[in-house]
Amino acid sequence: MTKILNVRNLGKIYTSGSKKLTVLDDISFDITEGDTFAIVGPSGSGKTTLLGLCAGLDRPDSGSIELCGVSLTSLSEDERAVLRNQKVGFIFQDFQLLPTLTALENVSVPMELQGSKNASKIAIELLDKVGLADRRHHYPSQLSGGEQQRVALARAFSNTPAILFADEPTGNLDEETGEKVVQLLFDLNKDAGTTLVIVTHDLDLAKRNQHILRLKGGKILVDENTLVS
Amino acid sequence: MSNNLGVFSKAGVRWLLKMAWRDGKASGRRLFLFMASIVLGIAAVVSIQSFSDNLKQNIALQSKALMGADFIIDSRQPANERVVEIIDSLGGADGREVNFASMVAFPKSGATKLVRVRGIEGGFPFYGKLETEPLSAAKKYQDGGGALVDATVMLQFDLNVGDSIKVGEITLPILGALESAPGDNAISSSVAPSVIVDYGLVQGTGLLQKGSRLEYNYYFVADANTDLNKLDKTIDPILDAENADLDTHTSTSQRLGRRYENVGKFLNLVAFIALLLGCVGIASSVHIYIKEKLRSVAVLKCLGATRKQTFLIYLIQIAGMGLIGGIIGTIAGLLLQQVFPLFLQSFLPFEVQLSFAVQPIIMGLLLGVFMSVLFALLPLLGTWYVSPLQVLRVQEDASLRSRKATVLVLSAIMLFIFAFSYWLLDNLRFALAFVAGILVTFSILGGIAVLFMKGIKRYFPSSWGFLARQSLLNLFRPNNQTMVLILAIGVGAFLISTLYFTKDILLAKATLEKQDQSPNLILLDVQTAQKESVAKSITLKGLPILDNIPIIAMRMQRINGRSVDDIRLDSTSTINQWILNHEFRVTYRDSLVSSENLVAGEWIGSASPNTLIPISVAENVAGDSQVVVGDSLVFNVQGVLMNTRVASIRAVDWSRMQPNFSIVFPSGVLENAPQFHVLSTNVPNRTASAELQRELVGKFPNVTIIDLRQVLVIIEGILDKISWVINFMAFFSILTGIIVLIGSVRTSKYQRIKESVLLRTLGAKSAQILKITALEYLYLGVLGSGIGILLSLISSLLLAKWVFETTFVPSWVPFGLLLPGITILVLLIGLGNSRSVLNSPPLEVLRKEGS
Ligand SMILES: Nc1ncnc2c1ncn2[C@@H]1O[C@H](COP(=O)(O)OP(=O)(O)O)[C@@H](O)[C@H]1O
Ligand SMILES: [Mg+2]
Repeated sequence: MTKILNVRNLGKIYTSGSKKLTVLDDISFDITEGDTFAIVGPSGSGKTTLLGLCAGLDRPDSGSIELCGVSLTSLSEDERAVLRNQKVGFIFQDFQLLPTLTALENVSVPMELQGSKNASKIAIELLDKVGLADRRHHYPSQLSGGEQQRVALARAFSNTPAILFADEPTGNLDEETGEKVVQLLFDLNKDAGTTLVIVTHDLDLAKRNQHILRLKGGKILVDENTLVS
Repeated sequence: MSNNLGVFSKAGVRWLLKMAWRDGKASGRRLFLFMASIVLGIAAVVSIQSFSDNLKQNIALQSKALMGADFIIDSRQPANERVVEIIDSLGGADGREVNFASMVAFPKSGATKLVRVRGIEGGFPFYGKLETEPLSAAKKYQDGGGALVDATVMLQFDLNVGDSIKVGEITLPILGALESAPGDNAISSSVAPSVIVDYGLVQGTGLLQKGSRLEYNYYFVADANTDLNKLDKTIDPILDAENADLDTHTSTSQRLGRRYENVGKFLNLVAFIALLLGCVGIASSVHIYIKEKLRSVAVLKCLGATRKQTFLIYLIQIAGMGLIGGIIGTIAGLLLQQVFPLFLQSFLPFEVQLSFAVQPIIMGLLLGVFMSVLFALLPLLGTWYVSPLQVLRVQEDASLRSRKATVLVLSAIMLFIFAFSYWLLDNLRFALAFVAGILVTFSILGGIAVLFMKGIKRYFPSSWGFLARQSLLNLFRPNNQTMVLILAIGVGAFLISTLYFTKDILLAKATLEKQDQSPNLILLDVQTAQKESVAKSITLKGLPILDNIPIIAMRMQRINGRSVDDIRLDSTSTINQWILNHEFRVTYRDSLVSSENLVAGEWIGSASPNTLIPISVAENVAGDSQVVVGDSLVFNVQGVLMNTRVASIRAVDWSRMQPNFSIVFPSGVLENAPQFHVLSTNVPNRTASAELQRELVGKFPNVTIIDLRQVLVIIEGILDKISWVINFMAFFSILTGIIVLIGSVRTSKYQRIKESVLLRTLGAKSAQILKITALEYLYLGVLGSGIGILLSLISSLLLAKWVFETTFVPSWVPFGLLLPGITILVLLIGLGNSRSVLNSPPLEVLRKEGS
């Protein structure tokens, strides 16, 4: 099986003033293509930092990350942007839709960045899939949290990413809406074979993934590298 | 892996344009504020620039009206071949005049009077007009059917239109009374009032041949783009050699004194300040606008947009806004310029002829794009360095911003301001000084803003109440706008109060010049024996004696031991010829007068026996005769030789309407020399003047009377207009400054709303939110405007000293009025910004303002 993400001896230190704070310490793991993977841990344990590093949003202080067979540390900022555009999808806890773009335009952007000709056609299909085709001309501020997260979901899948990172995707949603979004995530994983990496502190949600990585204080606590389902 | 360019070509320029448009469309109200700043800034620059262009033209027109032409060539003899050649090379004279002093007779009463006869041909005057009573006479005289006679002379001799005047051998009917005529104010040479006749008639008078002192004037109208100063510099020396002279209207109007010269500088300053105000408005609003976009930039980067793409999206957007704002602003500016005179008609002391200059239009468009882009670049650079990680959490921004790029952009901005000021001022030193001044102002304001934030952080008054603490906290929370607002308010207040002070500087001088009652009737050739009775005639009419000055005529005999005859023969001597031939009219007194300033040596008021007589020489005479302090001069007073030494050299303000002297003796030497006196007085109106003149002419026929009243009226009129222009432009610019300030503070609205909503959500009452906001803006207002005004004291002092060459006494107005005024304004806008929060439920506000 091909490893889509390969993390070796990853370390990240934040220095604020003269104080050094080790946020991640000697993290190693890998993820197989098409798998679903959960990262859990208490608040402040370094989950978001780890996710950011894996997606190439930040540079590690030590160790290496290989994403889709490319070593992230060897890429420039722009090259990493291009890689994200082609291979990576994102879901954030607070949705992060572009406030000045309509739902349809938000979903179109990643495809437009790739130079796709029929971006809006595909975007409508994707919005239809998340049940929001009729809200496509609404701005984010005119949508509820759940609706915004579904638009974000459609956007994350619009460039048919090889891997999708979700940072607490249900954190800002009520249980019912959260469940709807999670279900969509897993459906899309099944249909398109997209690798899912979900950061959550919800153990129930974590257990629905094939793998769970437990973080505490920047270190891996237990590596349950076993099939759950 | 595809590189940068590969991706760039995939999502091409069209996509960038699309994104810029989409984003701009939805940023509606924010962009509207930004646009409003651009429009205001540009409108102010364009309208002020073109209106002041108009004003300058109008004032130039006034000064042309003093001369009646753009320039003249005058000569004591009919133009010789060489001079004719030059006149032809200049396209031929547009008008011609010959004039001379002569006695004329009025057959009706048998009286005679010394007048200046002016024979005029061609369309003269080309600017201003011959004011006559009746009006038609101004044209009619050129048919050769009669003469125009000075209005005061008509009164003095009880003459009416239709009476006759005998000039030399011809007798002419009087066609009209001449009230004023351009070119009639060569005060020093005109000892006599004017009589104007057609040029063709002069020959018939038989006066041209009699060896009288003739003056030939050739009047020229120049093309709009002729550089008169250059013309003067190149042609005048050639003409000098032919005993002719070229005079331009600018040199004439320079004699109007400093206020006249300064108005041009002031209008430039106003235009410059308007531009800076525009910059402040645009810079602060674009700064805040871009800062709010940083999160969107991070999201775009997460989605895989490159740095170049995100940068370009907003650059395109801003440039587009700048262009549209530039167009609207230019149109608004031009409309405003049209409207000014309309609603100011009744206040305007003169008719403003409007003209469309292309320059301000182009400038408006360029400024729109340039200013927006330049000032956007600095915050836009931030987007380049925004980490996509910002999506996950708020990061301290700017930490990664490249020093080099920032310095580059700042240099570009400085270069832009320098280029503009150089273009405006046409003076490298001033332009550099202006840029340096602005740099210093910004640094001081920025430094104080930083110190202030650090200070409250360190010495945070934790004992204060919740509201006071909260409002202080707001000033240094992450993403605060303390720096931008202090800069905007500070620079705004600085410019506004600099303008105010400058206006004061110029107008204070104006009132000073006006205050002293200046002499307008001058009596020459009063003999010592007549002095008392002439003075009595004046005082009996309730009029003041303003001057009573003794005058002794003398010629130069020796300069530093060499006799003038020697020097005349010495072809290598560089001493000016006129010095050797001139009959100096010298006075003596024991002190300097107000129009004089010592530039070298020591003023000695009285002579001591048995030493060389210490005299004072005017700067220009010292230069022409090549003497310095300590040199010896020998004068010849009707055969008696006076041995003197140059004790001091004075600068004389010849523009003052009062008798000035090139050579002044100390008291105690010339008291018994043969002398006559100059008396002067101030008459309130023409009738009083004529009445006095009639009496004096009757009693003392030898006394010559010069009536300066008409000339003074013209000059006072011009100076009044200039004062008006200064006042108007200053207040208009100050108004602009205030509007720009409103715009800047208003742009901070959106960030504030979030804070306020949060407080609201946490249960804060309206009054509490209001108080917090009010306090916060109060700090900003007091700090910004206070420092701005303090800095303007320095700038005004420098402007007064180096640019306007006068003294500066600060008034209290900026402190007493501007400081609280601006603070209250800032406070009100700040409160206005939070209004929407107070009136509606928090959620609704968050959603509405979120877009
Ligand atoms: N820019 C930063 N500077 C300093 N410390 C940081 C920074 N970002 C995160 N941290 C610290 O790193 C730790 C891990 O943060 P994060 O990855 O967000 O945790 P989680 O997502 O698991 O809640 C926290 O203790 C946080 O305070
Ligand atoms: Mg987190």
